[in-house]
Amino acid sequence: MSEINPRYADGIDEQVALEHVTAEEYETILTELGRAPNRVELGIFSVMWSEHCSYKSSRVHLAKFPTTGERVVYGPGENAGVVDIDDGEVAVFKMESHNHPSFIEPYQGSATGVGGILRDVFTMGARPVALMNALRFGSPDHPKTRQLVSGVAAGIGGYGNCVGVPTVGGETNFHPGYNGNILVNAMAVGLAKREGIFTAAAREVGYPVLYVGAKTGRDGIHGATMASAEFGEGSEEKRPTVQVGDPFTEKKLIEACLELMTENAISSIQDMGAAGLTSSSVEMASSGGLGIELDLDHVPQRETGMTAYEMMLSESQERMLIILKPGAEPVAERIFRKWDLDVATIGRTTDTSRLVLKHKGEIVCDLPLDPIGEKAPKYRRPYTEAAKPAAVDPKSIADPADLGAALLTVMSSPDMASKRWIWSQYDRHVMADTVASSEDPADAAIVRIHGRDKALAITTDCTPRYCFADPREGGRQAVAEAWRNLTAVGADPIAITDCLNFGNPERPEIMAQFVGCVEGMAEACEALSFPVVSGNVSLYNETDGKAIPPTPAVGAVGLIPDVAVRAGYGGMAEDMVLLVVGETAGALGASIYLREIEGREEGAPPPVDLAAEKRNGDFVRAEIRAGRAKIVHDLSEAGIAGAVADMAMASGAGAKLAYSGELPLAAWLFGEDQARYLIAADETTAATIRENAIKAGVPVEVAGIAGGDAITVNGGHALDVTRLKRANEAWLPDFMAGGEVMAAE
Amino acid sequence: MKTAVIVFPGSNCDRDAAVALERVTGRPAAMIWHGDSALPEGLDLVMVPGGFSYGDYLRSGAVSARSPIMQDLVRRAGEGLPVLGVCNGFQVLTEAGLLDGALMRNAGLRFICEKAPLRVETADTRFTRAYGDRKDVTIPIAHHDGNFFADDETLDRLEGEGQVAFRYAANPNGSARDIAGITNAAGNVLGMMPHPERAVDPALGGTDGLGVFESLLGGRS
Repeated sequence: MSEINPRYADGIDEQVALEHVTAEEYETILTELGRAPNRVELGIFSVMWSEHCSYKSSRVHLAKFPTTGERVVYGPGENAGVVDIDDGEVAVFKMESHNHPSFIEPYQGSATGVGGILRDVFTMGARPVALMNALRFGSPDHPKTRQLVSGVAAGIGGYGNCVGVPTVGGETNFHPGYNGNILVNAMAVGLAKREGIFTAAAREVGYPVLYVGAKTGRDGIHGATMASAEFGEGSEEKRPTVQVGDPFTEKKLIEACLELMTENAISSIQDMGAAGLTSSSVEMASSGGLGIELDLDHVPQRETGMTAYEMMLSESQERMLIILKPGAEPVAERIFRKWDLDVATIGRTTDTSRLVLKHKGEIVCDLPLDPIGEKAPKYRRPYTEAAKPAAVDPKSIADPADLGAALLTVMSSPDMASKRWIWSQYDRHVMADTVASSEDPADAAIVRIHGRDKALAITTDCTPRYCFADPREGGRQAVAEAWRNLTAVGADPIAITDCLNFGNPERPEIMAQFVGCVEGMAEACEALSFPVVSGNVSLYNETDGKAIPPTPAVGAVGLIPDVAVRAGYGGMAEDMVLLVVGETAGALGASIYLREIEGREEGAPPPVDLAAEKRNGDFVRAEIRAGRAKIVHDLSEAGIAGAVADMAMASGAGAKLAYSGELPLAAWLFGEDQARYLIAADETTAATIRENAIKAGVPVEVAGIAGGDAITVNGGHALDVTRLKRANEAWLPDFMAGGEVMAAE
Repeated sequence: MKTAVIVFPGSNCDRDAAVALERVTGRPAAMIWHGDSALPEGLDLVMVPGGFSYGDYLRSGAVSARSPIMQDLVRRAGEGLPVLGVCNGFQVLTEAGLLDGALMRNAGLRFICEKAPLRVETADTRFTRAYGDRKDVTIPIAHHDGNFFADDETLDRLEGEGQVAFRYAANPNGSARDIAGITNAAGNVLGMMPHPERAVDPALGGTDGLGVFESLLGGRS
C-alpha cells in the first residue's frame, strides 16, 4: 500500500473510492498522483478506466487484428475507420454497441446508440449515408422479449428516420442466452473526400476549445461505468444512467459540423460519446501529446446548479468538442447559431500534458493525462479454453419423413422468419441512393455513391451458436460470412468493423471465448485481406452470473465499381439451372436444422477453410463481373434448402432439387458448410459457369432446376412457395401481436 | 423551368427533391432557407420537402408552418404559383392552411416505410396530367404521421371537386377514404404522403414518381 497520507480527500472514504475504481486501481491512482484524488478526479478515473472506455481487458488481444491494407487510410484509433474507394473518395465506418442501456430502456437506449455511431462518422468529416444494425433478443417465450423488440425497433427507426440517414440492413436473432442482456449493435457508414478527413488529436498549443451542440444535463451520468458492469437485481434502478436522444438536434449538428468543415476553421474535432466531456477532452489532448484546460462555467448547461463532477460525467447526447484554428470563432458561432445550436469557447490547449478544470474560480481537477488516457491499466486476464465439441456425423441424423415440412418449420422459426415487422419501421430510401436494402433479395445492402455509378456493399454478420460451440471457428466464420455476403452481390470486400459482445472477462471461460473469437477473426481477416479498421468491445453482458453467447458481430464494407453489374437472389425463373459452388459435406453441427428439427444445440460448427473461401469467392465474383452470374445467394444458415427457399420466395418460382450422392438428404439440404454459393442461371450460362469452375478447380454441382409452384426434393417432399412465404412472413407479426405463433398451418 | 426547395431545420429530403427536380428540368433547384422572407421571382414550382422539420415537435409541420418564408409562400400560392408538398411538406401545407385536413399518427402507431401501390385518381391536375390513362403506380412511403383526416363534409367536397389526386390501393395508415394526396381548390397546390422524388431513377427500382414532375414541365394548365 502506498504511503500517501491522507489516503482520501475531503468527502471521500474507502466506500466512495471503491464505488469508482477497484482497490488496486485506487493504489495506482495514489502512486501516479502522489496524493489522494478529489471527487471530480476520482470520477474521471472511474469513467476513463472503465472497461468501456479503456478496453483494459481486451487491448492486448485486439492488437492481433490486421489493421492495414492497400485501401486503409485510417485504422483503429480514430473515431471510425477510413478506407479508400477510388476517385479521391473514402468510406468512413464503425459499429458500436448500446447493449446495457437498450435493455434498461429500449427506445432511448437504441436511439442513442444510433446517434452515437452517427457522430463517430460525421466527426471525421463524412456525411453519413447508411445505417445498419445487429440485434439479439432473448427467447420469444421470455416475458420481456416482445417489449424489447418493439422498443428497440422504434428507437432505431425514431432516430435514424428523423436524422434522415437510411437504415438499409441488419440481422436479428432470438435465443434464450440473451434473456437477461439483449444486444443492440449499430453501424454507420459515411462518405468523404480523402483530403476532407478530420481527426481528433490536438495539434497546437493555445488553440481555443469550442463546445457545440446540445446543452449538458444530468442524464447518462456514469453511463460508461454502467456499461462495464453485470446486471443483477435492481438493474431497473439504472434507468437514470441511460441517455436521452434528440435526433432533431443531431440532424442540425451534422449539417452545422459539415458546414464548418468547409471553412478551414477546425484544427481537430471529437464527439462527446461515452464519458462525455471527460473522454473527449482527454482523448484529444492525450493523443496529441498536449494538455487541455477547461472552464466549466462556460459549458452550456440545461439545468442549474450542476457540479463539476456532473458536468464531466454527463453523457448528454448531440455534443461535440472542436479545437478551432485561432480567429475562427466568429465563423463557427455564425454557423452554429444559424442552426440554433449552443456554441461556447470553454477552454484552450496547453503544453502541460495535464487536464485542468476550473469551476467557479477554483481549480477542481488537475491531473496528468498519461495515466488517464494512453497509460490506463491493461490486464492480461487468465483464460481457459473449453473442450471442443465433437463433430456431428451427418449419417447419424435420420431424414425426416417430409423434408418440405421440415423446411417450412425452419423458415418460419424465429431466426429465419422475415424481419419485415422490424425493418418496415426504418426509412430505407431517404437520400435516394439505396439500391438494395432489407426488402430486396441481396446478401448485402447496396448504397450508391451519390452522383456516381459505383456503390458500397454493406453487411453485418455473426453466428453466435458457432462461436459458443467453438469460439475460434465461430470468429473465423463471422468474418468469412461477411466477406462472402459482399462477394455474393459482386463487391470487392474492403475492410471490417467489429462489435465484440461478451460476458464477464474476469471469468476465465468467458475470457477464453473472447480470445478464441478474436484470434479466429484475425486469421480470417489475414487470409482474406480484410483488415479491421474500427470497432468496439462490450463486455460484462451478464445477468446474475449468466453470460450471453459470445457474439463478435462483424460489419463489413465492399465496393461495387459499377452498380449495374451486381447480383441478387431474386429473379429465379422457370428452367434455370441451380448450381452449388463449393463443397457440400453435410455439416449439421450447431446448425439451424439440428436446433429447430432435432431440438439439439450441439456439435462442432462447420469448419472454415479460408483458402477455399477465397478461391470460391473470387471465382463467383469474377462470374458476376463477367455478367454471367446475376442470381447469386451465399449459402449459410439452413444451407442449400434455406437459400433455395429465399430465392423461391423472392421470385415466386419453385425449384426441383435433385441429389443422388452419399449424404442423407437432410444433411445435403440443410448442412451449413462454408465457402459455398448458389447460382441460378439459364442452361447455357450455367454450363459456361460450370466449365469455368471446373477449370478453376472450384467444386461445383447441379442442385436442381427452377420451376413450378413448389420446392421439391427428388420429386417428392413438395412445399408450396406461397405457403412457405406466408409462414415466413407471419411469424414475427403474429408474435408481436401477442397471438399464438403460427404453426406450419 | 425554374424550381426551388425550401429547407427547414430537420428537413431531410431536401437534397432528394433537388436531385429529382434537376433530373427532370435539367436545371438546379434553388435551395431556400426557411428563415428567408421572400422567394425568388420567376419560379415555376416550389417544393416543400419531406423530413422531420423541427423534429416533429408540437405537431408535424406545425412549427415550420410559422417560419418566415411561409408567409411569402402562402401569398405566392394564392397568386397561382405551383407548390408541391411531400410527406412532411404535406403536413406543413395543411398546418399553413394551404390544404384541407390534417395528418394524424398512423393507425398502426408505427412508422411505415414501404413501396405503396397507389391509384392516380385524376389526370386532370397540373401535377398528374402526365399519367394520362395510367391508373396504377407504386411510389414509396416513409412516415409516422400520414393518417389523413378531414370531416365528412370536407372529404365530400374534395372528392366532388376532383381534388383527390392519389389514393392508396392498400391503405397503410388509416387515411380517410384511402387518400394519399390532395390539391387545393385552385389546383396549384398538391400535398402527398408518398415520395415521388424517390421514384425517378430506374437504378433505384422504379420511376413511377416521374409523372408528378413531368406533369409540371408542360407549363401551366
